[in-house]
Amino acid sequence: MDLTAANESLATSKSRSWDEIRRDFPVLHQTINDHPLAYLDNAASSQMPQQVIDRLVWYHSGEHSNVHRGVHTLSQRATRAYDEAREKVASFINASSSKECIFVSGTTEGINLVAHSYGRKFIGQDDTILVSALEHHSNIVPWQIIGEETGAKIEVIPMDDRGELILDDLDQMLSGSVKLVCVNHVSNALGTINPIEEIIERAHAQDVPVLVDGAQAAPHMAVDVQALDADFYVFSGHKMCAPTGIGVLWGKQKWLDQMQPYQGGGDMILSVTWEGTKYNDLPFKFEAGTPNIAGAIGLGAAVDYLQSIGLDRIARREADLLAIATAALEELSGVFVIGTAREKAAVLSFGVEGVHPHDVGTILDNEGVAIRAGHHCAQPVMDRLGVPATARASFAFYNHEADIEQLVAGLYSVKEIFGV
Amino acid sequence: MTNMRALYQEVILDHNKNPRNFGTLEGANRRAEGDNPLCGDNYRIFALVDDEGIIQEVGFEGTGCAISKAAASMMTVRIKGKSVDEAKEMVAEFRAMLTGHLDPDDDHNLGHLKVFHGVSQLPQRVKCAVLPFHALEAALKGEERTSTE
Ligand SMILES: Cc1ncc(COP(=O)(O)O)c(C=O)c1O
Repeated sequence: MDLTAANESLATSKSRSWDEIRRDFPVLHQTINDHPLAYLDNAASSQMPQQVIDRLVWYHSGEHSNVHRGVHTLSQRATRAYDEAREKVASFINASSSKECIFVSGTTEGINLVAHSYGRKFIGQDDTILVSALEHHSNIVPWQIIGEETGAKIEVIPMDDRGELILDDLDQMLSGSVKLVCVNHVSNALGTINPIEEIIERAHAQDVPVLVDGAQAAPHMAVDVQALDADFYVFSGHKMCAPTGIGVLWGKQKWLDQMQPYQGGGDMILSVTWEGTKYNDLPFKFEAGTPNIAGAIGLGAAVDYLQSIGLDRIARREADLLAIATAALEELSGVFVIGTAREKAAVLSFGVEGVHPHDVGTILDNEGVAIRAGHHCAQPVMDRLGVPATARASFAFYNHEADIEQLVAGLYSVKEIFGV
Repeated sequence: MTNMRALYQEVILDHNKNPRNFGTLEGANRRAEGDNPLCGDNYRIFALVDDEGIIQEVGFEGTGCAISKAAASMMTVRIKGKSVDEAKEMVAEFRAMLTGHLDPDDDHNLGHLKVFHGVSQLPQRVKCAVLPFHALEAALKGEERTSTE
């Protein structure tokens, strides 16, 4: 297999049709309960194209070994591929240096790393951490833990009924001893695109750094961490066509340099003696132990793949799908959309009057439509909106209109069974 | 859609829409809360057990899907007037039916509750149906909190 050639042909594939692109995803071409699979749970995990699968197979069949440790050829191959993946990721988010890109297991670990290493160093008893009302549990609980340990307070940036953050009092909230603002770029529960540029600018005006949870943004729009001027930006591979178990924490070097390591072990040290240990340079200081080499290489391949299509083209495609699906659901009596922010990406939360989202999910699954039903790891969002759970359809560029038609047909069955 | 009809039978839809014994029970001497942390379903079960060990009154409140709500409602109807031991026996039978260890056509004391046997075909929904039974068992044992995890 000649992967270089494959990648080059990908690089010239900007004009491929969406039907062609859809064929890259083997998992989509199956039936579930005698219906074609309509996979609309991309916000939970997206699917992998054959190009990424092939890259993983190649790694496992021709390169697998440990990195940064061996003089032998396989280890050199693995190391090169692993390092290249980091370069790809750095260019994907326009980091000024790949040293600022730390491979972690996913968004959750990335945030926990910051909570541990930045939190323990910079957050104290009289400090405050600002967390938005739209966060996933993974951007709430680590801060609560740090709060419990240090005595720091958590304050919540409120949201309105549409699912937009209310920033009127932000400047005032930022005064005082705020040590970090934690906000997602795109809400996984409602799809709201948060105005993080503005939040970062206002936070920086008062010298407060900002951590952005980019789990739902990285797969769907071009991200430029330098233009955003974020301090930390975190995302997960499995939501952007890569395998599970890999993600990225990007942080400004000025913070990463000052932070203590997260875990101790091999690879994160320069030298170890009983007298003391010298930590390795970035990014290795934060990557103790054998990393998820295959995952990182798969993520690199996913970045190549997404860039071969173009993130702007992906964003436009998904905006179209979202608009079509939103219009279709709004036409269905008894079906209501939850989360009506003016700026939304790829996520459509909804409810059916008198029917619990789990029942909606079961009936849709029976017709091959995969959606998520539940609180989406965002219970405070559900509480704020006064619903126990929502049904959520979330889109990727490889979805097509037939998926939406199938969703609508499934919702007719829900309405029929429950007499809505 | 046929197996969906088998799952969402009329009785289940009816109890979901008009749950019986719904609301807190003043004077209850047994109570427990049941959570399914995966989906956020949450129920509180109340019972008033007399000195002879007979369940005189029972009630429940909370939120969840049609399966869990109808199961809770039908369960309360079924156990009112039964002894604590009979109720515990019924919990065991219900669980056995949903895990495929009891044939609904064999002898049992589940009565109408047998309409839930279709749920055993949907592993991810078994916990929904069992949640209120879990909570009832905990209440009768004197535990206050339980979860399906
Ligand atoms: C906005 C957001 N943040 C964080 C996470 C957690 O990501 P992971 O489970 O990959 O660590 C998710 C995904 O579930 C998410 O959607």
